[in-house]
Amino acid sequence: MSAVVEQAAQTAPDPRDRARRRARRSVTLGVGLTLVGLVVLVAAVSFVWLPHSPSDTSGGRLQGPSGAHWLGTDVFGRDLTTKLMIGARIALAVGVGAVVIGAIIGITIGMLAAFASRWLDDTISAVLDIIIAFPVLLLAMLIVAAQGASLGTAILAIGLAMSAVVARLTRVLAKRVLAQQYVTAARTSGTSWAGIVGRHVLPNIWPTLGVNLALQFGVAVLAEASLSYLGLGAPPPNASWGRLLQEAQGTVAVAPVGAIAPGVALVVLVVGVNLVADGLRDVADPTRRRSR
Amino acid sequence: MILDIQGLRVSARDGSALVDGVSFRLDAGERLSLIGESGSGKSLTSFAITGLLPEGLRASGSVELAGVQVIGAKERTLVPLRGRTASTVFQEPLTALDPLMRLGAQVAEPLRRHLGLRGAALRDAVRAALEEVRLPDPERIARAYPHEISGGQRQRVAIAAALACRPRLLIADEPTTALDVTVQADILALLDSLVAERGMALLFVSHDLAVVSKLTERAIVLRAGRVVEENTIERILTAPADPYTAELVRSARELDAALEVP
Amino acid sequence: MTAVLELRDAGFRYRRAAAPALDGVSFAVEPGRSVGLVGESGAGKTTVLSLLLGLASPTSGAVLFDGVSLDRRDRTMMREFRRSVQTVFQDPYSSLDPRQSVGRIVGEPLSSLRIASGADARERVAEALRAVSLPADAAGRYPHEFSGGQRQRIAIARAIVSRPRVLLADEPVSALDVTTRIQIIELLGRLAEAEGMTIVMVSHDLSVVAALCEQTVVLQGGRVVEQGRTADVLGSPTDPYTRRLLASVPRLPA
Repeated sequence: MSAVVEQAAQTAPDPRDRARRRARRSVTLGVGLTLVGLVVLVAAVSFVWLPHSPSDTSGGRLQGPSGAHWLGTDVFGRDLTTKLMIGARIALAVGVGAVVIGAIIGITIGMLAAFASRWLDDTISAVLDIIIAFPVLLLAMLIVAAQGASLGTAILAIGLAMSAVVARLTRVLAKRVLAQQYVTAARTSGTSWAGIVGRHVLPNIWPTLGVNLALQFGVAVLAEASLSYLGLGAPPPNASWGRLLQEAQGTVAVAPVGAIAPGVALVVLVVGVNLVADGLRDVADPTRRRSR
Repeated sequence: MILDIQGLRVSARDGSALVDGVSFRLDAGERLSLIGESGSGKSLTSFAITGLLPEGLRASGSVELAGVQVIGAKERTLVPLRGRTASTVFQEPLTALDPLMRLGAQVAEPLRRHLGLRGAALRDAVRAALEEVRLPDPERIARAYPHEISGGQRQRVAIAAALACRPRLLIADEPTTALDVTVQADILALLDSLVAERGMALLFVSHDLAVVSKLTERAIVLRAGRVVEENTIERILTAPADPYTAELVRSARELDAALEVP
Repeated sequence: MTAVLELRDAGFRYRRAAAPALDGVSFAVEPGRSVGLVGESGAGKTTVLSLLLGLASPTSGAVLFDGVSLDRRDRTMMREFRRSVQTVFQDPYSSLDPRQSVGRIVGEPLSSLRIASGADARERVAEALRAVSLPADAAGRYPHEFSGGQRQRIAIARAIVSRPRVLLADEPVSALDVTTRIQIIELLGRLAEAEGMTIVMVSHDLSVVAALCEQTVVLQGGRVVEQGRTADVLGSPTDPYTRRLLASVPRLPA
C-alpha cells in the first residue's frame, strides 16, 4: 500500500476521536498526578510531623486501628501510620535515585553505542544484553554482599540494572535519529557532533525516553519492595513499604491491616506513576503540535 | 463492460471526501489513464476497484467489476476477483513483494489459488510466467528472494505474478515511478506488448503525462478527488479544457522543452 | 579561473567492497557555470555527493576546494568550506528536524558556523525566508505544518542563509509534484542569479538538469562517461550510454 494511501488514512482524524483522546488523556494524567501527589504530600508532611516517634514501642502489640493509632501497631508496638509515612519518603527516594542513576549512566552508554564503530557497538550491545538477562535481585545480592544492606546499595543496584535497559533504548532511538537526513543536513551546516546530540538527537529521543523513564520509576519502587521483602533492602529506621510487608507477613491473620496498608500504598504509587507515564505519552505525540 | 464506476466516493473518518463523485467506464480491451498529482485520489480510486481500501476509509457509490458490485461486498466475493478478473501492479516492488518468500512461490500463489495448479504443472506455469516478462534465467529468479535481484527485475516479477492468471483488467499504479529511466522504458514497452497480446483492459495511474501518453490514448484528470477533465491525450495536450489541466500540461511541456536542443 | 570545487581523478571504494563505487572521476565546478550530474541508480551519484559535501574522503585522487586539496581534519578550512558550499537534500520530509521551529532550522548554519547570532541572525533568517517566498511568520512554525513544496523552500532558505558560493542540490525536486517542480527549479535559477551562486545538481532526471545546468556530467558505473556543455551532450552525445539514456526519457508527443 503506497505512502499516499497510508497518509490519507492517518492524517484525517475524526474530531470526535481527538476530543475523546484529549478527555481520556487529561483524566489519565489527572488521576495519575493526584495519586502520585498524594504520596509526595505524605512524604513531605512526614519531615515536619509524625503521629508518633518511629521508635516508640509503647502502643501495645498488634493493636487494631484506633483513635491513637489510625492504622494500628506492629508486632513491636510501633505506630503503623508513622512507619507508612516514613516509607513514602523511602519509596520516592528509591524511585528518583534509581531513575537518576539509570538515566545518567544509561543515556551516556547508549549514546556512545549509537556513535560507535560497528565492533564497539556490537560489544556494548552484547554486554547490555547480558546485564539485562541478569536478574535484578541477583545483582542486588552481589552488591549487598559486598557493601552490606542499606538504602544506598538498594538504589545503586536497581539504578545499575535499569541503566542497561535505558542504554539499549537510547541506542536504538539515537541510531534512528542519526540515520535521518536532517542530521546529514546539520553536518553540512557545520554543526559539531556535540551540537548534533544536543540540538537534534536528545530532543527527538526525549519523548519516548522520558515516558520510559517514568515507567521505570514504578519498576524501581517495586524492585526495592521485593528486595526489602527478601531482607536485602534498607533496614529500619529507613524501613520501606516492602520491609513492612515482610514484617507483617507472620502476623497477617491477627492484624491484617499491617500487610494491607503498605500493599495499598505501593499500588497507589505505582499505578499513579504509570498513569502519569501514559498521560505523558499522549502529550508527547508530535501530531498534537499545531500552532495554527 | 469490464469496469463501471458511478459516483465513487471515498471518505475519511471525519467525513471529508478523498475521492468525490468519480465516474468512468472501461470496456474489455480498452485502455485509460488516471492522471493526477499527490492527493488527487487516483491511487485510492484504483484501490477501491478491488476493494483494497485501507482501514478507516469508507467507499460509497457503485463500482462494478465484470458485473460484480464491489462496494460493500464481502471478502469472499472479492477474493476470487483479485488476480483473476483484475490484477494490480504497484509502484514499489520491494514492498509489493514479500521479502521473506522466494519469488517463484509468490508467482505460484495466484496460480495455485485460482487455477488449482499443483506440482510439476505449477512449476511449469511459474517458469512460463517469468519467461513471458522476458526475465533471463527464470529458474534462478524463481529460487531467489526479492532483495537479491534488481529493481527492474523485481517489477517484472510483480507483473508476472499479476498476469499469471490472465486477468481481464490490469491496474498499473505508477509502475515505473520508482525505476531508473532506462529500465522504465523497457518495462513500459513490456506492459504495452503484454496488454496488447492478451487483449486486456488497462487502467494506468500516473502523474507523468509523457509516460501516460506512451501507453494509453484516453485519460481522466483528477484533482482533489474530482474528475476535472476526460478526453483523449491528444486533446488534453493541445487544448485542455480545465485550467488545472492546462497548468499540468504547461509544467510538463516546460520540462520536456528543456530537453530540446537549441 | 580556478574552479571552486573540483574532483580530480577521484575514486572511492567502500570497505570490503568488490568493486570501487567511483573510479577516476574528474570534473570542475567553475564559478557561475552550473553543473548537472546525471546518473541512474548505482552510478555513484550518492558517493560523488558525499565527496563534494566533505562527508567522506576519496580513497584515491582528490577533492579540491579553491584549488587546494580538502583536508577534513583542518577545522578552519572546513569552516570556510561549509560557509561556501551548502546543500538542499532530496526528501523534504526527512531533511527538516520535526522538533525544531523553522526559524531555528534555517538559522542553524549561522550559529554552527558562527556567522551571526541574536538579532543579526534573525534578520538574516527573515531575509532568506523572503527570498524563497515564504511568509515572514513561517519562522515560528513547525515543518509538519507545511506542504512538500514549501518544506523544500525551507530547505533552500537554510542552504542560502550563509550566502554560499556553491549550492549543491541532491534530487531537489524528485519528491515533489510536477507543477511544484517547475516552481522550485525557477526559484533555484533566480537565486543563483541574484545571489551569485553556482548550482551543482545531482539528479536522475535529465529534463530537470537540462532546465537548470549549463554543464552536464554523465555518470555510469562509477565513471564519467561523458561531460560537456548541456546543449552538446543533449544534441550530439558521443557515448552509447548517454544516447541510450536520452532515448529512454519519455517525451511528450509533439
